[in-house]
Amino acid sequence: MNLRRTMLFIPGNNPGMLQNGGVFGADSVILDLEDAVAPQEKDAARLLVAQALQTVDYGTSERVVRINPLDTFGAEDIQMIVPCQPDVLLVPKVEGVQDIEKVTALVAQAETAGQKPVQLIALLETAKGIALAYEIAQSKGRLTALALGAEDYTAGLGATRTKEGKEIFTARSLVINAAAAAGIQSLDTPFTDANDEAGLYQDTLTGKELGFKGKLAINPRQIDVIHGVFNPTPAVIEWAEEVVHAIRKAESEGSGVASLHGKMVDAPIVARAEYILKLARRLGLEVMQ
Amino acid sequence: MSEAGKRTVGQAGTLESNDVMITVSPGEEGSGISIELTSIVKEQYGDAIQKTVQDVVGEEKCRDIYITVVDRGALDCTIRARLLTALLRAGVVQKKEVI
Repeated sequence: MNLRRTMLFIPGNNPGMLQNGGVFGADSVILDLEDAVAPQEKDAARLLVAQALQTVDYGTSERVVRINPLDTFGAEDIQMIVPCQPDVLLVPKVEGVQDIEKVTALVAQAETAGQKPVQLIALLETAKGIALAYEIAQSKGRLTALALGAEDYTAGLGATRTKEGKEIFTARSLVINAAAAAGIQSLDTPFTDANDEAGLYQDTLTGKELGFKGKLAINPRQIDVIHGVFNPTPAVIEWAEEVVHAIRKAESEGSGVASLHGKMVDAPIVARAEYILKLARRLGLEVMQ
Repeated sequence: MSEAGKRTVGQAGTLESNDVMITVSPGEEGSGISIELTSIVKEQYGDAIQKTVQDVVGEEKCRDIYITVVDRGALDCTIRARLLTALLRAGVVQKKEVI
């Protein structure tokens, strides 16, 4: 599964930002045709993003395009963008399996022969979308992650949006649980104050501790802070190494359970430790084993 | 190409850095293609910009249009996108013809 610690939004009608999107080191760039583009400029942004996908080097960043909802400009977006070979489409305001099915059919129709299949991420940003998160997460085929869009969601609830985020605790948990149950990733809502680094750190940490695998970002300055939270620290890597070493030693002695510093090490602990080591290796961090 | 009667003036792009503003005006039958270029990098890249515009116009089989290009340091892909948008908005090309 792709690493998506950070997914950076880039306005789809801004040539300067589109051409520089690959230099910030985000795991994914999201070329945005939806909220960042005025209705009268949708046609211009669609062509600009299509051209950017064909010519701009986004380095190691995954290339994601946020399309418009199907009841506005979504079908036109899919028709023009999919043949330009994006890796993923971020589908906004998903409120049911049928939304993903409709997008899937249009994507299949638009793909060219031999093209790498375009994956989908469902953006859940309404009360209905959150309520049906597990059903949506079970969409077969192209769906690779659920993402939470908390601004629209809280506006729809009539809730007060706070930096602490207590009003989105339930939605976060539902998205994380639904994605985990379906075996796909969960991605956290962006932190919208680009000047509040401490607030971003705390918000990212809260999301990570709940179980999110990455976070949407609205400014390149947010990338390092978010990566800092999602990257395993040397102490965590060392703990993971000790866990793996302890279980291997136990297994060689015929036991499936080990003990480390007085605590039991069993299968879920080992799975977590192995995930940490896999992530660390992928990020080029120092791992002994 | 659409019917000449449906053609109008089409404009796309902005005057921000890295962008280009392109205006397409339909001309009289037989007037050919005219390109007027203003660019902050005309001395270095004027010929390349002209070529990109001519390439797109050729690919889309356009005839009899007057194109004004005000460039603010746009990359080739931006010039192509803005020109295609202006041509579409002008009714000079139809949607199905543009990828």
